Amino acid sequence: MQSVAEVVPPRTHYLNATYGVKSWLLTTDHKRIALLYLTSVTFFFFLGGLFAVLIRLELLTPQGDLVQAETYNRLFTMHGVVMVFFFLIPAIPAVLGNFLVPLMIGARDLAFPKINLLSWYIYNVGALFTVIAILSGGVDTGWTFYTPYSSTYSNGNVILTGIGVFITGFSSILTGLNFIVTIHTMRAPGLTWFRLPLFIWSHYATSLIMILGTPVIAVTILLLALERIAHIGIFDPAVGGDPVLFQHLFWFYSHPAVYIMVLPAMGVISELIANMSRKNIFGYKFVAFASLAIAVFGFLVWGHHLFVSTQSVYAGMVFSVLSYAVAIPSAVKVFNWTATLYRGSISYDTPMLYAFGFIGFFIIGGMTGLFLAALGVDVHVTDTYFVVAHFHYIMVGGTIMGYLGGLHYWWPKITGRLYPEAWARFGALVVFVGFNLTFFPQFLLGYMGMPRRYYAYPPEFQVLNVMSSAGASILGVGYLIPMIYLMWSMRYGPHAPPNPWGAFGLEWRTSSPPPTQNFEQTPVVTWEAYEFRPREEMDLLSVRDVLDQTLRPRPVGGEGD
Amino acid sequence: MERSLADTHVATSVGLAHHFDDVEQQREAGTLGMWAFLVTEVMFFGGLFLAYILYRSKYPVEFAVASNSLNVTMGFINTLVLICSSLTMALGVYFSQVGNRSLLILFLILTMILGLTFLVIKGVEYHEKYVEHHVPVRFQTYQFKWEPRASEARGAREESSRAVDTGHVEMFFWLYFAMTGVHALHMIIGLGILTTLVLMARRGRFTPEYHSPVELSGLYWHFVDIVWIFLFPLLYLIGAHLH
Amino acid sequence: MGEHIVSRKIYFAIFTALVVLTVVTWSVAKIDLGRMNAVVALTIAVIKGTLVVLYFMHVRYSSRLTWVFVGAGFFWLAIMVALTLGDYMTRGWLTIAQ
Repeated sequence: MQSVAEVVPPRTHYLNATYGVKSWLLTTDHKRIALLYLTSVTFFFFLGGLFAVLIRLELLTPQGDLVQAETYNRLFTMHGVVMVFFFLIPAIPAVLGNFLVPLMIGARDLAFPKINLLSWYIYNVGALFTVIAILSGGVDTGWTFYTPYSSTYSNGNVILTGIGVFITGFSSILTGLNFIVTIHTMRAPGLTWFRLPLFIWSHYATSLIMILGTPVIAVTILLLALERIAHIGIFDPAVGGDPVLFQHLFWFYSHPAVYIMVLPAMGVISELIANMSRKNIFGYKFVAFASLAIAVFGFLVWGHHLFVSTQSVYAGMVFSVLSYAVAIPSAVKVFNWTATLYRGSISYDTPMLYAFGFIGFFIIGGMTGLFLAALGVDVHVTDTYFVVAHFHYIMVGGTIMGYLGGLHYWWPKITGRLYPEAWARFGALVVFVGFNLTFFPQFLLGYMGMPRRYYAYPPEFQVLNVMSSAGASILGVGYLIPMIYLMWSMRYGPHAPPNPWGAFGLEWRTSSPPPTQNFEQTPVVTWEAYEFRPREEMDLLSVRDVLDQTLRPRPVGGEGD
Repeated sequence: MERSLADTHVATSVGLAHHFDDVEQQREAGTLGMWAFLVTEVMFFGGLFLAYILYRSKYPVEFAVASNSLNVTMGFINTLVLICSSLTMALGVYFSQVGNRSLLILFLILTMILGLTFLVIKGVEYHEKYVEHHVPVRFQTYQFKWEPRASEARGAREESSRAVDTGHVEMFFWLYFAMTGVHALHMIIGLGILTTLVLMARRGRFTPEYHSPVELSGLYWHFVDIVWIFLFPLLYLIGAHLH
Repeated sequence: MGEHIVSRKIYFAIFTALVVLTVVTWSVAKIDLGRMNAVVALTIAVIKGTLVVLYFMHVRYSSRLTWVFVGAGFFWLAIMVALTLGDYMTRGWLTIAQ
């Protein structure tokens, strides 16, 4: 990192430009909206974590002795609903994406700033419904709301929770819509598609999924609510309905949803790998197209959640093959990241540590996904802890690592402060150890046959369960550590220069924190995305930024680097 | 991008938002944004169409017979009403493009009247169905009931010899109410949008340089019309040959 | 890329076509054509929808990017329908060994 001895922060920036609660609650500045989202998603992350704590406490002993069976059902359901819809789906896009997309493309804001603010309020309204549902006792159907249990037999707050998810879906749709239009129409002069940072490609692909998928779960929840209220028989075999139709409709969105969760994290990782090994990403176009391929292919595989649900065997085979195919673009990315690291000038600062964690965990999570994509194996491990471990490796080992890595990497830009590196590395280590201890035993448990969503299990599974619960407590500590020092740094951290990492990207060519309008002058881009070269060959703009603390516009039509 | 004072004056008068470089960019962004939203609407209605396709292919006899009990005349009239409203909406957009304020307002109001007409006719239809106990709900005080009709016997004889399953008939009706209900909700929202447009137009907000709210609302209105263009044959005409 | 103003004559022509097609679809539906009823009705509906999209919604005069958006929406709907029906239509073709 650059020397911080003489850093003078900018006098006016987006955080201090205006004061007062109204200036925050009625802001249309994408950077402030990102911080509003940060508070919301952090709250829900810890709420979902609370449910996880209770789950893991119950699973310390083979008997169901901490809570009743129905209570346990509600715990894992609310854990899933809160984590999926209120943390994992919005976290990176609504926090990092909202903050960075305009900056990275040289724009003053997103295309629709007021809609951006609206999306935050919609998120909160949906969240309110869900919190009310939780306080009224929650729902016990599993976050997947399968019929006919959810439509007919459950006596939990299905409709209330459904309304919450329905409303929050619109927040997702509006965010995706904003990103797509912004990226298409508001790129700075000279910023062609193949000069865009890969973070932008990932968020573009994610936004495609948000737009095309989310409406389907909206209509599915609507149908479920109608069924519950009017007892119509949409999913009721007695009148000719098919409960599996619900599963088709539900997973048509919910499978692509997991790519909404992981693609932004992959975008973060691409930035971290390239910039922190000071090397151009290997196979830029392949990585960019792989993002799009994941988004498109992700819509073709939902039937792999229905392998044992009376779906036809032929359909099962088709979905199985497609599920193998969707792993290919993900693998391409992993290979390209690895090739980027090779002979790079690797920095072991905290963001890079999280990136390493991501790659390792994503490989394991992804490969075990292939296990599940195989029809025969899936029959054996479906609805066991194998599945639970698989998706936690991707969502926690993948998305959350990407989120934390990105948060640390862009923290200087967002807050104008540097976080304490030593504590941060320690926190990353605790997360790494805690994560593995929590979730690796679950692969073994699942393979040996422990079913998921059960609060009691045979005694021979206890050792692994205790390991998992112990790991969870370590993981919890690991998440608290960054909470503490990041908040501390906002007040007491040293001031950050515009480009502490010496990284590429337009966001680094403005002050830390940026001014409200992002750039003093719209930049004109004449360089490729990660044009790292030996120091002597480079135009030392990044270094000059540090010395001059101001953005110097590039000469129009002049030489690149 | 630096803007001179004169540019800023022009920018304000054409409603250029500060984060856009020029009016063209703002227009393009607005159009793309509305189309992206309409894509989400396609997928939203799409879920209902999927359920329709599935259950109709499973129960063709019952669907034909149930559809036959709908008031096709009203459906036909409503289709024409909506097509007229699309014309008046398109003309409204035209007059906003050429800057004719009074004709713009006239055609917006005509569109609203036609939209309202559609909803009134729909209401009459719903009432008819309610009275005939064709609303597919199971409450204490009201339950779905299907009386066999003459056409049913014919339909059954044509396709198969077994009796018509009431549950499958009910399936048609929930699809009918769900699809037309969601459509009607979109119409009501459309009326709200049109009201806003009329108020804005009266205040002189629209010029040949800036009228994108009218254009974008037009896109929304036409989309709602297209949904009905599909709903009419799929819901009303399946059993028309059974008369 | 300036704005293209579609003439009122075209609007009236399309309107007429839509009304005619609606009458046609209503009349044909009264005749029993078996399977073809659905095909005819849907074909006419698609034509009507296309006319509205191209002319009333100005897509004929819009950028290629707009065409991509419009196409993508319907293509995605087709994916959802095709693969779901792929399940339902192949049930019972192959039973799992007992």
